[in-house]
Amino acid sequence: MGVPRWLFVPALLGAAFVLLPLVAIVARTPWSRFLELITSESSREALALSLRTSATSTLICVLLGVPMAVVLARTSFRGQGVLRSLVLLPLVLPPVVGGIALLYTFGRRGLLGETFELLGLQVAFSTTAVVLAQTFVAMPFLVVSLEGALRSAGRRYEAVAASLGARPTTVFRRVTLPLVLPGLASGAVLAFARSLGEFGATITFAGSLQGITRTLPLEIYLRRETDAEAAVALSLVLVVVAVVVIGFARQGRSAV
Amino acid sequence: MRRTGALALTTLVALAAGACGSGGGDGDGGTTTITVFAAASLTSSFEQIASDLEAEDDGVDVQLNFAGSSDLVAQIQEGAPADVLASADEASMDKATADGLVGTPTVFAANTLEIAVPPGNPAGITSVEDLGQDGLNLVLCAPEVPCGAAAEAVAASAGLDLSPVSEEQSVTDVLSKVATGEADAGLVYVTDVIAAGDDVEGVDIPADANAVNRYPIATVADSDEVALAQEFVDRVLARTGQDVLAGAGFAPAP
Repeated sequence: MGVPRWLFVPALLGAAFVLLPLVAIVARTPWSRFLELITSESSREALALSLRTSATSTLICVLLGVPMAVVLARTSFRGQGVLRSLVLLPLVLPPVVGGIALLYTFGRRGLLGETFELLGLQVAFSTTAVVLAQTFVAMPFLVVSLEGALRSAGRRYEAVAASLGARPTTVFRRVTLPLVLPGLASGAVLAFARSLGEFGATITFAGSLQGITRTLPLEIYLRRETDAEAAVALSLVLVVVAVVVIGFARQGRSAV
Repeated sequence: MRRTGALALTTLVALAAGACGSGGGDGDGGTTTITVFAAASLTSSFEQIASDLEAEDDGVDVQLNFAGSSDLVAQIQEGAPADVLASADEASMDKATADGLVGTPTVFAANTLEIAVPPGNPAGITSVEDLGQDGLNLVLCAPEVPCGAAAEAVAASAGLDLSPVSEEQSVTDVLSKVATGEADAGLVYVTDVIAAGDDVEGVDIPADANAVNRYPIATVADSDEVALAQEFVDRVLARTGQDVLAGAGFAPAP
């Protein structure tokens, strides 16, 4: 089956539009200082913090997002469509708006802030705040890709298992989950990638302090103030991490 | 095929540029346009000065671009079309001068720091020394940006070793953390406390313990509208401009 030839022009144009800026970053990378720049103490701490918080928020996304996706894909109730749209809202919301919303929820004067304060928990300016911001923006990625996988996997095997006497929990654990594992994996990878790139909600809600809340994107933004070359070098690190992550996600996809 | 692609890409870029309005000083209908790049803390003052100039002369249009000082310099370095640069610190302006991007700068205003606290001052801050308290949620600018360098100077002159819970990118980020009550105190410019109105309260820092930031202004070397750019600079330095700046809380150039 042939593709109309003229389609290649806009397709190439689109590809160039996405790829050219990446080429520009590589072209501007100060190779002579590259290692020194990306191994400085603040760079290493920022990368370590980013990886640690992104892993934690991915875990929370899996723990809360898998049940959400299952409920959305396998049940029907009044207002489900509206609920789905609302849950996916962080996908289209500007991250800075997410940050403000989180501030008014978990901040000291927020909806839950006083309760937290009574429990002796302070969320503001802590690494916990970074994880909350990342989880907020990354959750929809996991829910969307898992819900899609659940719908395309269908319910036949589940129905058979249930007719053979398996209880719902057994069906979920032994049939549903294994069937959608590749979808879950790629969803988790996407959530991790989104967490890694989180900037707006974090800077609005969590603040910026080396080793505590200053993740790699925040470090890049700050470095631009004094050392543009360092910002470019760190940007390249984030690009490489992103490429690796997308590679993983593709593997997960193609296994479906 | 490849030539078509390149051509189409050029067209796309041209379209995108056209969609963003025809900037620059081409005089359609006899209007002369200049673009002023100014530090974010100058927003209200420069909007006033620009609209005064536009009101007096129908043929003049002043476009304002506000951002952090080092961002502005970086944008001009990358070829952004600007006619005037006003920065919140001399270090940023020095970078532009060193690259030959601007004419000779003149200091036109000064700004000092003030302690900002949430309304009601819940932590009971009365002096710079109080900022060293244990368990205080103190928020400062990062040392890399001008307000952070000034905060370091204040801490040093008070002999304090401050441990902030966050080092923000800009003074507005510090201000919003204080205004929302997340932070118990923050160091911002005097002009920010005035601009924030009832959202924060200010605690003065004595002049001998304070840091002074000088604001330089200069015309951009590549400007197509040198005369108008210079006129804008002159207005900032003249009595009317200085009155507007004083109203926003700026001190006169030292």
